Amino acid sequence: MNNLEFTGLVLLISAIAGFLGSLTGLGGGVVITPALTVLMGVDLHYAIGASLVSVIATSSGAASAYVREGFSNIRIGMFLEIATTIGALFGAFLASKISASALGVVFGLVLLYSAYQSSLPEPPAHADLHHHSLAARLRLGGVYPSEDGPAKYLAQRVKAGFALMFGAGTLSGLLGIGSGAVKVIAMDQIMRIPFKVSTATSNFMIGVTAAASAGVYFKRGYIDPGLTMPVMLGVVGGSIAGARMLAGARTRSLRILFSCVVGLLAVEMIYSGFTGKL
Amino acid sequence: MSKIDDERIAVIIGGMLRSGVVVSSAFVLGGGIWYLIRHGAGQPDYGKFHGVPADLRTLSGIFHGVADLDPRSWIQLGLLILIATPVVRVLFSIFAFADERDWPYVGITVLVAAILLFSLFGGR
Repeated sequence: MNNLEFTGLVLLISAIAGFLGSLTGLGGGVVITPALTVLMGVDLHYAIGASLVSVIATSSGAASAYVREGFSNIRIGMFLEIATTIGALFGAFLASKISASALGVVFGLVLLYSAYQSSLPEPPAHADLHHHSLAARLRLGGVYPSEDGPAKYLAQRVKAGFALMFGAGTLSGLLGIGSGAVKVIAMDQIMRIPFKVSTATSNFMIGVTAAASAGVYFKRGYIDPGLTMPVMLGVVGGSIAGARMLAGARTRSLRILFSCVVGLLAVEMIYSGFTGKL
Repeated sequence: MSKIDDERIAVIIGGMLRSGVVVSSAFVLGGGIWYLIRHGAGQPDYGKFHGVPADLRTLSGIFHGVADLDPRSWIQLGLLILIATPVVRVLFSIFAFADERDWPYVGITVLVAAILLFSLFGGR
């Protein structure tokens, strides 16, 4: 296989990943790395470099759509980005210390969990709204357009959410993923921010988190132009097509199907990690 | 609480991010086609990690390559523009919060910007 054929194949895989990633809300980045390593035999460090860049592209590309809907909360996002960017630097540092095999096993486990989480139905809105002095002082709340008209919300358990965001950043820097699943858990489950606000704010944060580790990846030579070019273009093209096709609507069966594909790739990756094939 | 200002800022930021992606994609696509014309028949070598050449890892190396019309440097420049889009977003938010006189958030945003700039320009 020469460079032209390789580029074409990677472009195709990335376009499919971007398309399904945006249709299902799981993001294209998570399947790029296992697809490149398991299917194309690419070294894990090059793969996470290319994947991280595509994560920034989809986050920045989708952000304008999200902000127009009025769901994302810039204050909550910016405050939590302190935790995610420090975590991302730490993760990028760890990525150079851990062997590719161990990295592959961790990746597979995170992938399995995201696949499981994305197959769950959208949780109901949170009813309880306790006053939280730290959240009120930092203005970590707002109003969002719910189905029953504008609804108020205020973040709960800010410290626990902040701590989990550090973990999300670490995973992002370690594995070259957006770790949107963990960010949504931190905001929706821990901080009790409405699900729609959580997902929109998470998407907003993913790009900033990824940029923090991308600088480190760049200097270490993880970002190869020949490989990243088709990955980035494919994911961007695929996710635009996905977003156009089903604006906002997410079919549950498609999510489950995509989760199964991700799950299979995850198992293959864990297996490759344990047998030292990565 | 200036809700309208927040929305206006969000729309500006969204537009900035999208144009960053468009400009970046143009460089990557142009450089990519050019790269394939030049090196399309070569063999891909991604199976073992040895890191990209030093002049594709540094700003000065990439700018030299761009001036020398090296397609791989053009792709790298596009990717750098992409990485810069969220950073520009954070820098812009500093002024947006300052305009609202929301000093705690000016501080928070300056901190995030400092972490990002450290990642891009500091250390090794």
